[in-house]
Amino acid sequence: MITERPVAPRRRLAADVRRSSMLPFAFPGPLEGCRVSGGYLVEIEDVSFAYDNRPVLTGINMKIPRGRVVAIMGGSGCGKTTTLRLIGGKLRPQRGVVRVGGQVVHELDSGALYQLRRRMGMLFQFGALFTDMSVFDNVAFQMREHTDLSEELIRDLVLMKLNAVGLRGAQDLMPSELSGGMARRVALARAIALDPMLMMYDEPFAGLDPISLGVVGKLIRRLNDALGASSIVVTHDIQESLLIVDYIYFVSEGRIVAEGTPADIRASTDPWVHQFVWAEADGPVPFHYPAGPYGRDVLEAAGA
Amino acid sequence: MLEGIAAVLRAMGGWVDDRITRLGVASRFFVLVLLHSGTSFRRLFLTIREIYFVGVLSLVIILVSGVFVGMVLGLQGYDTLQRYGSSEALGVLVALSLVRELGPVVAGLLFASRAGSAVTAEIGLMKATEQLDAMEMMAVNPVARVVAPRFWAGVISMPLLAALFSACGILGGYFVGVHLIGVDEGSFWSQMQAAVDFREDIVNGVIKSAVFGALVSLIAVFEGYDCVPTAEGVSAATTRTVVTSSLVILAADFILTAFMFRGA
Repeated sequence: MITERPVAPRRRLAADVRRSSMLPFAFPGPLEGCRVSGGYLVEIEDVSFAYDNRPVLTGINMKIPRGRVVAIMGGSGCGKTTTLRLIGGKLRPQRGVVRVGGQVVHELDSGALYQLRRRMGMLFQFGALFTDMSVFDNVAFQMREHTDLSEELIRDLVLMKLNAVGLRGAQDLMPSELSGGMARRVALARAIALDPMLMMYDEPFAGLDPISLGVVGKLIRRLNDALGASSIVVTHDIQESLLIVDYIYFVSEGRIVAEGTPADIRASTDPWVHQFVWAEADGPVPFHYPAGPYGRDVLEAAGA
Repeated sequence: MLEGIAAVLRAMGGWVDDRITRLGVASRFFVLVLLHSGTSFRRLFLTIREIYFVGVLSLVIILVSGVFVGMVLGLQGYDTLQRYGSSEALGVLVALSLVRELGPVVAGLLFASRAGSAVTAEIGLMKATEQLDAMEMMAVNPVARVVAPRFWAGVISMPLLAALFSACGILGGYFVGVHLIGVDEGSFWSQMQAAVDFREDIVNGVIKSAVFGALVSLIAVFEGYDCVPTAEGVSAATTRTVVTSSLVILAADFILTAFMFRGA
């Protein structure tokens, strides 16, 4: 029989709770200013989503302020990527509302949704570069599809984007000739091709060596600030994320279980956050898959 | 006993239900491809590029197979016709067999194996590596940008490949019949010219091959687009493309032949 594991209630960190009494939504520390000046670019309100009958998200609330980098963290299969797909309009929530730039995403018709997507950039887990095109053509893809710019101008723009990720010299290579880190950077250049207002990163650090990991992390921060965009980073790489993001949401079993700034997260005594940040094998997230007593299993196997 | 029979019936019903549902999904996909076909013609280079991949790169297998099929027809046809003293009609037999049936059908089967499987694998791998998702997130419709050009490339390429297959087959039959066996060259060509009707034989053959091209292309793009995005999923979809296309070509050939050639 499948038993449901108890889900921890949503926990707010100390600094967050202090401010929540005054504000409708608390963004402590560096995020406070942006709420006044620019408001929120993405608002997720009471969203639930299930694949067939398997619930993935259960009543989550998130707000992504303009100009900031926000991380969504949690273990594998906790609903992080699903959240990105809801924001991008690839999935429709069964309950709740996802707003991007004030527009309810799932109420848009396909034309309006495609218009909205032109202002979004997404970095996929393994880059998702078009394998039949060179690095240059990959970055130029959106410009050629959505603009009437001349080839000369496209060339200048592509070289500018590739230069920003340090790969101007790799413009003639094919995706199969790139390392994992390089492919991720090319995909990053492609994602920012049309200067999006919202950047979404799906596991940008997965499978990267420490040098590439640091490079990609710094690029995410630098590009966000240079473009004046907002960024959502879905990841489970806590140490790298703490260095570059402004705010963090922790998701577990489809719920937000904790949130706060990197400083709050580091200082947190919450058992769930502590286990995740310090990579402890056991804690609120158990090491063992639910099972009966070990001794009984051993004795049964021995025929006792 | 009764429970066993009921279980078998239930399984069969489930299988049929599943097939019908899939057919419905494929039909809706076909309508979607037609609705998004504008890009394939507005930006013709997209379709021409795919014609190169599915058509030009299939030429070797089509031409070589055509020559050998024609040569075998020449040998077998002569063996049968000379028993009735009408070996001069070899040209007619070779031409009609190829133009009416073997050209479209064998070229269709080869096209499904060579180009259909490649299209399924390509689209399936694009799906598995999130390239289609990436395209959609870049506000580019993958059905218009990836699927429709490949579909129309197949529809355009297939009649041309079938015509080349038949032409090579006739040359193969000519080589064996006239040069190796010694059938009269004048009779070979003149009887062929007299007996092969443009409207009845050639146009019908072209229609058949265009229909086969559309069927194979639709199956190939649908299986690729609908596959499970894993290595096993792509592999299974590629196999399904070849098997389904081959069966559909043979079944459609019977239906089209029944309507086109009624012995008039």
